[in-house]
Amino acid sequence: MSSRPLSQLAKTVRSKNAGVDLITFDVIFADAATYERVKRSGVLDRAAVARLYGIPDARISDHAVFDPALAIKFTIRRLRPSGSPGDADIFGAQQYAPLLGVLVPDD
Amino acid sequence: MQTLSIICPNGHLGFAPIRTESFRLGVQRRPHYIAADSGSDDVGPGPLGSDTSTSPLAWQTHDLEQMLLASRAIGVPMIIGSSGDTGTNSRVDLYCRIIRELAAKHRLAPFRLGWFYSEVPKALIRERMRSEPVAGLDGRDALTEAELDATERVVAMADVHPFIELLRQGADVIIGGRSSDSAVFAAPAIHHGFPPAQAYYLGKVLECASFCAEPYGGKETVLGEVTADEVRVTAMSPAQRCTVASVAGHAMYERASPYHEFVASGMLDMAQCRYEQVAEKTTRITGARFVPGDAFRVKLEGSGKLGERYVGMVAIRDPYTIAHVDAVIAWARQQVQARFGTEGYELHYTVYGRNGVMGDLEPLKDRPAHELCILVQAVAPTAEMAEELCLTGSRQMFYARLPDVKGSAGGVAFALDEVLRASAAYHWTVNHTMRCTHPLELFPTFVQTVGGDA
Repeated sequence: MSSRPLSQLAKTVRSKNAGVDLITFDVIFADAATYERVKRSGVLDRAAVARLYGIPDARISDHAVFDPALAIKFTIRRLRPSGSPGDADIFGAQQYAPLLGVLVPDD
Repeated sequence: MQTLSIICPNGHLGFAPIRTESFRLGVQRRPHYIAADSGSDDVGPGPLGSDTSTSPLAWQTHDLEQMLLASRAIGVPMIIGSSGDTGTNSRVDLYCRIIRELAAKHRLAPFRLGWFYSEVPKALIRERMRSEPVAGLDGRDALTEAELDATERVVAMADVHPFIELLRQGADVIIGGRSSDSAVFAAPAIHHGFPPAQAYYLGKVLECASFCAEPYGGKETVLGEVTADEVRVTAMSPAQRCTVASVAGHAMYERASPYHEFVASGMLDMAQCRYEQVAEKTTRITGARFVPGDAFRVKLEGSGKLGERYVGMVAIRDPYTIAHVDAVIAWARQQVQARFGTEGYELHYTVYGRNGVMGDLEPLKDRPAHELCILVQAVAPTAEMAEELCLTGSRQMFYARLPDVKGSAGGVAFALDEVLRASAAYHWTVNHTMRCTHPLELFPTFVQTVGGDA
């Protein structure tokens, strides 16, 4: 079975602070068919993103699908608040990169 | 009034300047209000802790001047929330001073300037937390007295109430302390009798200005219109549109949940929202609900100082040394510990080329690049100690003793054989909510006539 990476399927893949203790990730699609396909595939479900980022389930504070925006969204707890010394991403804006290569099987 | 309209030219006033062309087009629509939020906790704990702005005075003045002149020209109120990035008292005073200076510079006819403060005395919080926990947000435990002791400054997040109070008192210009982004826009809507559900959604969609439009482009003006049962949002920039996708996408921007937005008085529930494209550049949103909270719980933000800070930069090209970079860092730490012990300071190594950006979240941390740059950060009670700490932690990497290294003339490359003073280090000590007896309790309001001969 062939597959394609999220970077070719999603319109937007982003990460950003949600307050000072959380980073939230949005994967947004341009059309409903692709969105539904990725949703069905399970490659972005809660367990899959925990594996991808190498974190326990407890560090995922929220995971949701958001039909009006054709989006899959999850949120990770930071180990230390944004902007503490040693934090290298104050805005949380560059944490999405591993999502780009996630492979989605073709139907 | 059937419809209330508000334009927002900037999602974080002062952080980058307003794009004036789309602002002018927005003003031509004759909105009832011109409003913008000017704060964010995204800028880190430093500005709140040190009571400074991260935005330059020139950009803050530029944006306030644009908004003030437009609002006085068309005779409608102007509202600013979370003044000067943090919304502390000194930032409110700064914005009020800029407004007075602009009024004098442009010889504006008299108008009423209203402002409110959001800082909370630590003593008040301490007293309150002895009778009732100050509850943690986002997985934090209740606030402890030790955390409060370690806090430099606390601001409370205002809801619509101080804005409405100032509108009632006839303010033409409102300079707000720290406040919920959506409250800046919801306040005038509620003041004019529109339902909270529509009012808070209006605020939710307008607060980041053109971030709710596409294609991506910040600092462009958007126009929001609210009625008893819907919100419409329209991009003013000729290059942008507000689409179902861009508006719905923005509803979940920088929030953990796409469905819920919390303010002190309750929760905006967006789960049943419907989005429709009603014109080329306009999207209509219906179905927002507002659920009042059981109590009035104000969010508190607090920042504490950790110490003075120096930074150093160290680079590595030898593949053997790269493979053993953790041993190099451990060696340098050991030398620091020999001099300073293990406590009373912080020493951080950020290894760019391996997992600098993502730290523990990096899936590829076992595949370092062919060269690395390591940022060394030292935080200590005094600048002198931070400097020596940083210098030891950086320079000792040069002398790290790896068993099989071929190079024997120094194990790392320095672009600068020095360490640099950085801003003092702070951290977010307070991200909590506190129950208040009255929505205005923490937010004193003031009004004064400005301009003319006043």
